[in-house]
Amino acid sequence: MKNERVRTGRHFMQGNIACAEGALAAGCSFMAGYPITPASEIAEQLASRLPALRGDDGVFIQMEDEISSLAAVIGASWMGKKAMTATSGPGISLMQEHIGLAVGTETPCVIIDVQRGGPTTGIPSVELQGDTVQVRRGSHGEYQVIAVAPSSPQELFDHTILAFNLAERYRTPVFVMSDAFIGHMREEVVIPAPEDIVIEKRKIPAPGFDSETDQAFLSEDVAPMPVFGRGFKSHVTSSCHTETGKRNVTDAIALDNFIRKLDAKIAKHRDSIIRVDDRTGDADIAILAYGSVYRAACAAAEAARAEGMRVGVFRPITLWPFPDREIAEMSARVKAILVMENNLGQYLHYVKAESSCPVHFIEPEILGTMHDIGSVLKKLKEIR
Amino acid sequence: MTITHPLDKYIRPSAAKTTNCPGCGNGILAQAILRAIDEEGLDMDDFVFVSGIGCAAWIPSPFFHGDTLHTTHGRPIAFATGVKLAAPDRRVMVVSGDGDLLAIGGNHFIHAARRNIDMTVICVNNYIYGMTGGQVAPTTPLGLKTMTSPYGNVENSFDISGLAAAAGATFVARWTVFHTLQITRTVRKALNHKGFSLIEIISQCPVQFGRKSGMGNTRQMFDNFKNNSVTAKKAADMTDEERAGKLVVGEFVEINKPVLNEGFSRIREQLRERSGDGED
Ligand SMILES: Cc1ncc(C[n+]2csc(CCOP(=O)(O)OP(=O)(O)O)c2C)c(N)n1
Ligand code: SF4
Repeated sequence: MKNERVRTGRHFMQGNIACAEGALAAGCSFMAGYPITPASEIAEQLASRLPALRGDDGVFIQMEDEISSLAAVIGASWMGKKAMTATSGPGISLMQEHIGLAVGTETPCVIIDVQRGGPTTGIPSVELQGDTVQVRRGSHGEYQVIAVAPSSPQELFDHTILAFNLAERYRTPVFVMSDAFIGHMREEVVIPAPEDIVIEKRKIPAPGFDSETDQAFLSEDVAPMPVFGRGFKSHVTSSCHTETGKRNVTDAIALDNFIRKLDAKIAKHRDSIIRVDDRTGDADIAILAYGSVYRAACAAAEAARAEGMRVGVFRPITLWPFPDREIAEMSARVKAILVMENNLGQYLHYVKAESSCPVHFIEPEILGTMHDIGSVLKKLKEIR
Repeated sequence: MTITHPLDKYIRPSAAKTTNCPGCGNGILAQAILRAIDEEGLDMDDFVFVSGIGCAAWIPSPFFHGDTLHTTHGRPIAFATGVKLAAPDRRVMVVSGDGDLLAIGGNHFIHAARRNIDMTVICVNNYIYGMTGGQVAPTTPLGLKTMTSPYGNVENSFDISGLAAAAGATFVARWTVFHTLQITRTVRKALNHKGFSLIEIISQCPVQFGRKSGMGNTRQMFDNFKNNSVTAKKAADMTDEERAGKLVVGEFVEINKPVLNEGFSRIREQLRERSGDGED
């Protein structure tokens, strides 16, 4: 029983552990990582669980740094494994090089980012939504990523499965934007029976695939992935390449194609990727919040309702790709939006760009702590 | 009758022409590697070739007709570690330059050696950064002029093979591209060795190295490899003075130690025994 992949049942569980259990339930069999607070428990849990899995050669390895961790994850993914890493701000900074490579080579992988205070080493155990834009824009060049933002240990379980499914479906790195609050929080987590968990299977070419002529890359509808070890003779390169994967480093038109196709692969499927939770209903003020701050937003909206204000909450679950249309539609229905973030306003500018109503902003009085509901109420009254 | 090169079957059909400059040592090495694979009777489909960024990294990719993963500068060994751990039955070969593997990638290099992960790493040491135009490398000899050491290199250089051995590599060898038969023989040995194998290949880069350093053209560098190299065996009987300026070549380390994957398998077996998994 102890080494089952899916630990069905009701648990009182730490967020980081729920995340690790979600990964196992999603079929993850490879993790490479480097310890960092507040993410380390994910590595520790998988170090204990992966080798013990029944009927599966699960591997955990602690690499020499975050650069090599993501490299190893990408290598394992090309061998057909569902693979992941988990880190925090400074580690995400180091991973940027290979985030770009995973995007460019269309390698499914999951990166858990348990955010902490920064810049630089900051305060490891204090949460800050400091990586919101970094994960989207941190690597060089033009690209898209997928990032989901859970707000509870339960969602750390659920969203980690979602992240693996999106990664496999779209052959791309997917981020789970956790943070020190929910990573270290303990709450009830319900783990369903294995048959009730939907698992996305990677598309792999049929035998007879020809690496010389068949499209294995740059398909807007996601080409089957010619994983290694099956005689496909795949050529995978971080350099600009064509639809068959062949390197082309001389032609600007090839580069244009390389960039645009990868971008379009995500953009075209945005409707099936993007998830928002729109609870604005009859509201005339919408609080927009994501991740752990969503909890404070709900509390603030409830307090405001109790005082007779019509306040609702709009929550992007998928931070990236950016839910531009959903936010634009919502902004047309409300009189004002109040963006709540645990930073100095990273998502704010993206929200502003899409909104047709006034957009306000509130950060916690002390960065890295939960918003004070009284202060949020005061702000809502000012806006009204 | 059309005559094809006996190693042609190992070359990706769409990768027709070489990217190496005339006189580069990389072509000689590519042939020696493929000959080793051929003589061992191995199937390209059993391999995953991983390379970093630089001229040497272009030896397997895209030319070798098998699974090739061309990665970022300095990191191929880290990618290869993931490949090998995920698929212990694959043969993993890394081919890259001295700048790639020892400068930016130095940390991954020593840690893979320490872990004794079962892979063959072929490091082309041309004493220079070829692809970027001849800048100083961690292997550039003291005093030599390069594009970024125009007054002469003031840094001490790495002994790649020595470093690998000290870090725990269980098979270490060095040859120059003059030693084509020896390279093939050593690659064959390395392929049969279980553990981290490092083969350092000293090669000429006439275009970027010869130009600024004054080490001459391909012919002069080749003559230097030929005249100045001594085998480790011979070198052992030489005085320090006699050995000064010589290129010591040969197979330096060949020892047996448990490899990383075996450690993982052992743990798995123990866990299964303990939980009685074998019984159901
Ligand atoms: C992160 C990063 N830094 C720098 C470069 C530029 N660069 C490309 S190849 C190279 C050096 C290659 O030298 P070496 O590994 O010795 O290979 P050679 O070309 O001599 O075979 C450098 C610095 C890069 N591609 N990526
Ligand atoms: S620059 Fe030097 S190492 Fe690179 S291909 Fe030319 S000769 Fe070879």
